Amino acid sequence: MRLHEFQAKRLLADYGLTAPRGAVAVTPAEAESVARDLGVAPLAVKAQIQAGARGAAGGVRMAHGPSMVRSAAEALLGQKLATAQTDGRGLTVRRVYVEEAVRAERTLYLALLVDHELGALTLLAASPGGEDIEARERAGTLTRERLALSVSAEPDEAEIVALLGRVGLEGEPARKVAALVKGLRRAFVELDASLIEINPLAVTAEGDVLALDVKMTLDDNALFRHGDLASLRDEDEADRERLSAHRDQLNFVQLDGDIGLVSNGAGLGLATLDMVTAAGGRAANFMDIRTTATSLDIAHGFALLLDNPAIRTLLVNVHGGGMQSCDTIAEGLGVALRRSGRKLPVVARLAGLNAEFARSRFANFGCAVMEEPDMGAAARRAVAVAAGRA
Amino acid sequence: MAILLNADTRILVQGMTGWAGTHHTTQMMEYGSRVVAGVRPGKGGRSHLNLPVFDGVRAAKEATGADASIVFVPPASAGAAMLEAIEAEIPLVVAVTERVPVLDMVRVREALKGSRTTLVGANSQGVLSPGLSKLGVMATGGERPGVVGVASRSASLTSEVVAQITAAGLGQSTTVGVGGDPVHGLSMRECLELFLADPDTRGVVLIGEIGGTEEQEVAEFVAGAKPSKPIVALIVGAHAPAERRMGHAGALALNGAAAAAAKTRALEKAGVRVAPSADLVGRTIADALARTH
Repeated sequence: MRLHEFQAKRLLADYGLTAPRGAVAVTPAEAESVARDLGVAPLAVKAQIQAGARGAAGGVRMAHGPSMVRSAAEALLGQKLATAQTDGRGLTVRRVYVEEAVRAERTLYLALLVDHELGALTLLAASPGGEDIEARERAGTLTRERLALSVSAEPDEAEIVALLGRVGLEGEPARKVAALVKGLRRAFVELDASLIEINPLAVTAEGDVLALDVKMTLDDNALFRHGDLASLRDEDEADRERLSAHRDQLNFVQLDGDIGLVSNGAGLGLATLDMVTAAGGRAANFMDIRTTATSLDIAHGFALLLDNPAIRTLLVNVHGGGMQSCDTIAEGLGVALRRSGRKLPVVARLAGLNAEFARSRFANFGCAVMEEPDMGAAARRAVAVAAGRA
Repeated sequence: MAILLNADTRILVQGMTGWAGTHHTTQMMEYGSRVVAGVRPGKGGRSHLNLPVFDGVRAAKEATGADASIVFVPPASAGAAMLEAIEAEIPLVVAVTERVPVLDMVRVREALKGSRTTLVGANSQGVLSPGLSKLGVMATGGERPGVVGVASRSASLTSEVVAQITAAGLGQSTTVGVGGDPVHGLSMRECLELFLADPDTRGVVLIGEIGGTEEQEVAEFVAGAKPSKPIVALIVGAHAPAERRMGHAGALALNGAAAAAAKTRALEKAGVRVAPSADLVGRTIADALARTH
């Protein structure tokens, strides 16, 4: 679960994160009043969307005085903002964060994440910070220094200071940043984060260390431990399919083709998508049915699929497993097809547990199924059917 | 012969008394697996499925001589269950549970360092040594005892590939689901090394996908070790849409086509045969084995 910048700054303040003074606003009038309360200039007016690279996309505006803040907020609120990290349509800006602009003497990039390869919590640091960090790393002009941190023991401050030394930060600021890292590590573990990224982290001429932007993601699988944090989820920004599918025990991603894909397991789903594409077809979706899904969960998931008028053919590629047999999926699909009232050609490849039951389920629901003995042939047939060639 | 799991492996089931534990324990016993006890805190001293139930792993191990455990504990306490098995020095632990918090898996990885345990999973379908023992939740019927070792990140695709290998006239020594989560125990490379050291495994099939770096790690190892046994890999996800979570949290890739191509290139350069399509894995390993004679 991604958090907004203002949510992350608020949460991390309890762990020693310092940031410029600021407040969130949902209307231009509110933004103006925040500016008046802050009583300083210049101010930054920052679109709150859950994607990075906002600055380059015009999502961060500098403003001198309350009336300029108001017009900057007017320009951002309610508009779609597309950045290098969103899709082409962008995300709607529903809130702006108005904060004191800070003159940084130098900036850093700082992140805590779980390194999947090492299976360890890892600190990354680089200097200078900025939105183009990945591009500079690709170009070979910057390296992110890494340090594995224990999740169960306090980190060694000297090791962190040494790491900061490698990115050119020394003395009192290095000690302040090391103390911040210790706080962030505690936050990461206590809040079950999967990412905390501070970029840029500013060091001012006065020696203050201030987080200018924060990205934070919480582990969805651990939200059961944090009932209070679950309410931070921004349902506006998560797309309908993913939320609905999440509730119904399946992963569903809408694509722009005309062949609806039904398979069990992420691996078999990806393989089916690859085979359809290789055969010259275009899939309408990716769907991974969880093994704990019941036929009713599955029917609900298929309703998402059948809502899509672009679909011309369904391809069912199921290998019934020890946890989920073919007939459960056939039952779910049959129910959804009947409810939707749509008559679509179904190409199926049924193997493994209860394939025979699945055939009789399809027959009971009156589904005429074109069956193929292997999945390559089924993918090619579905492509031909969708193209009107079979 | 097989890796990890044999006919005489003595199995404990952690979380045996729940629905999933009961169902899959029954299935494992029907397959012929030697299940010796269950563990369920608070239900020690009872019996379930005619097997003794213990409060903890250590007591169960001491009483039964168990040398493997399978974890069916729900996500909230699965990490603790794995830690308990590691502390009790169970040599092989399979964790089936899906959606374990990632930091719990990081804690488990810390505990595995220097321990006597090999952990398979979490989010694994388990280990199957055809004809000998099943320590997992996979479908059976498509497998047959044989010479091909299978390591996979995906359960349903494993059943599919196993059936293809059997149809090609070969069978499997052992199949291992290394798990679909980004942080897990036994890696694909470590599993490959076990197969290479097993005299009865003549060829290996690796089922990979976009996201993570397990396949690259395999490629580096193969390039250095230059094993004589043929290795076939399948990489799925080339046509996955960019920057979306595709079911497995492990399968995160910025660009499916580029990620799949990079893995394929690294593996082929190291001498691994990459199957051209998911439906051709059985044929590819059969060809590769035929050529080694």
